[in-house]
Amino acid sequence: MNMKRIVIASSPHIHSEDTLHRVMYDVVIALIPAMIISTVFFGLRVLAVMGIAVISAVLFEAGFLKLAGHDRIRSTAFDGSAIIAGLLLAFNVPPTCPFWIVIIGSFIAIVVTKHTFGGLGYNLFNPALVGRIFLLISFPVQMTAWTKPTFWKADALSGATPLGVLKTEGLAAVQDMFSIQSNFIGTIPGCLGEISAAALLIGAGYLLVRKVISWHIPVFFLGTLAVFTGLFWLIDSGTYANPLFHIVSGGAILGAFFMATDMVTSPLTRNGQMIFGFGCGLLTGIIRLFGGYPEGVAFAILLMNATVPLIDRYTEVKKVGL
Amino acid sequence: MSTKNSIGTVLTEGLWRSNPVLILLLGMCPTLGVTSSAINGIGMGLATTFVLIMSNLVVSAMRGIIPKKMRIPCFIVIIASFVTIVEMLTQAFTPALYKALGVFIPLIVVNCIVLGRSEAFAYKNSVFRSLLDGIGMGIGFTLALGIMGTIREILGNGSILGNPLFGEHFSPMLIMIMPPGAFLTLGYLLGLANYINRMRARKGA
Repeated sequence: MNMKRIVIASSPHIHSEDTLHRVMYDVVIALIPAMIISTVFFGLRVLAVMGIAVISAVLFEAGFLKLAGHDRIRSTAFDGSAIIAGLLLAFNVPPTCPFWIVIIGSFIAIVVTKHTFGGLGYNLFNPALVGRIFLLISFPVQMTAWTKPTFWKADALSGATPLGVLKTEGLAAVQDMFSIQSNFIGTIPGCLGEISAAALLIGAGYLLVRKVISWHIPVFFLGTLAVFTGLFWLIDSGTYANPLFHIVSGGAILGAFFMATDMVTSPLTRNGQMIFGFGCGLLTGIIRLFGGYPEGVAFAILLMNATVPLIDRYTEVKKVGL
Repeated sequence: MSTKNSIGTVLTEGLWRSNPVLILLLGMCPTLGVTSSAINGIGMGLATTFVLIMSNLVVSAMRGIIPKKMRIPCFIVIIASFVTIVEMLTQAFTPALYKALGVFIPLIVVNCIVLGRSEAFAYKNSVFRSLLDGIGMGIGFTLALGIMGTIREILGNGSILGNPLFGEHFSPMLIMIMPPGAFLTLGYLLGLANYINRMRARKGA
């Protein structure tokens, strides 16, 4: 960046080392454990899905910037935000997802969700999640073709996700097929990046240590989800799964730490972030227990994205001494 | 004032410069609701065109005897009569279309374009000019709905006017024939219309 230096006078100022690049590439680093786990469990095709998602996202970004007559196309396209959008989109599709569907998802994420609203910093909704929901509604067959982890072997066996089994066959069937441990480590059918709670938590820990994300949104998100599902579990533990199951299965961890904390589409203030996390957790719980879809994390986060401008307005910090 | 416009301008006004959907943003309800296929969009457009032309004619012919303070209820009664005619005709002759359009046919009564043209044009202009205005506005509305319906049908169903366009391995994007697809299509069409208008203004200046 060769911008002219702005000389600021008076007052001691603290210079922040945070740049867009640093933040974005920290997120990529944090996603690496989940990428490794996914490749080990589902095979090399996973790498191809992620590669195509990232490359197409960067190309759509560069192409749009070119059409819009943007200067500095190269540095903007590689600022990391398109790479993360592509990567998170790949994390949100099944491992068998056809490549052309991934490319359509990239287009929706980058061109429709991000740049139609003005580009990075102006998009109201999380690009990767809109891509995922668009694909899920458009191509329900391909987007729910789950396979069991094969550990490098080429033969893929189809199998439903724990949340899918819970929705269609009830609690007893889930307890027969999946243990909490397998949910935690990730030896379950599911989206490419969401299967292993352990790998995602390692990455989330890295982000928390590097202060890329704060604890407010994830803790309130998962906490609310646990309390909500826990209430129903206490009332009738024969029908409703326990709160720990709800936290480690599906996209709850991926959503809470990597999607809901997206700086552009989450509230600015700590109080706002707590309200945001609470709303995400509550909506996820409601959709999972009573909705038509087995999984509700993506819908919950997008619905709460829409409320962010309102939350920001009501939690505005009063400036003292101006 | 519109009374100074030439007859040709009155006729073509609704096609683009005051297109009810793309420029005036009137009648959004049927625009978003029924354009899940090209035939539905065009059918809705033609039904509205008929009501628009007939109500423009009658309102214009009766403009001398409709009292100013009572004009809106009078317009509604006139419009509702023609909507009832359209409803019965589509039900009798095109039952499939009638079923597809459903509640949106009776809702033509409260379509902003129909009432808007009665109020803004027919009540102040001669019968002949009101007829031309109704035709122009109706065709503009039909065109916009037809384009919306065609785009959504190609993307969401892989067909055009019911004829499959692609091979059987093609998976259409179902979302485009669902409500979100209507908003996406309308948004990008409005953006395109604004872009074309801006280009034309730049060329003209």
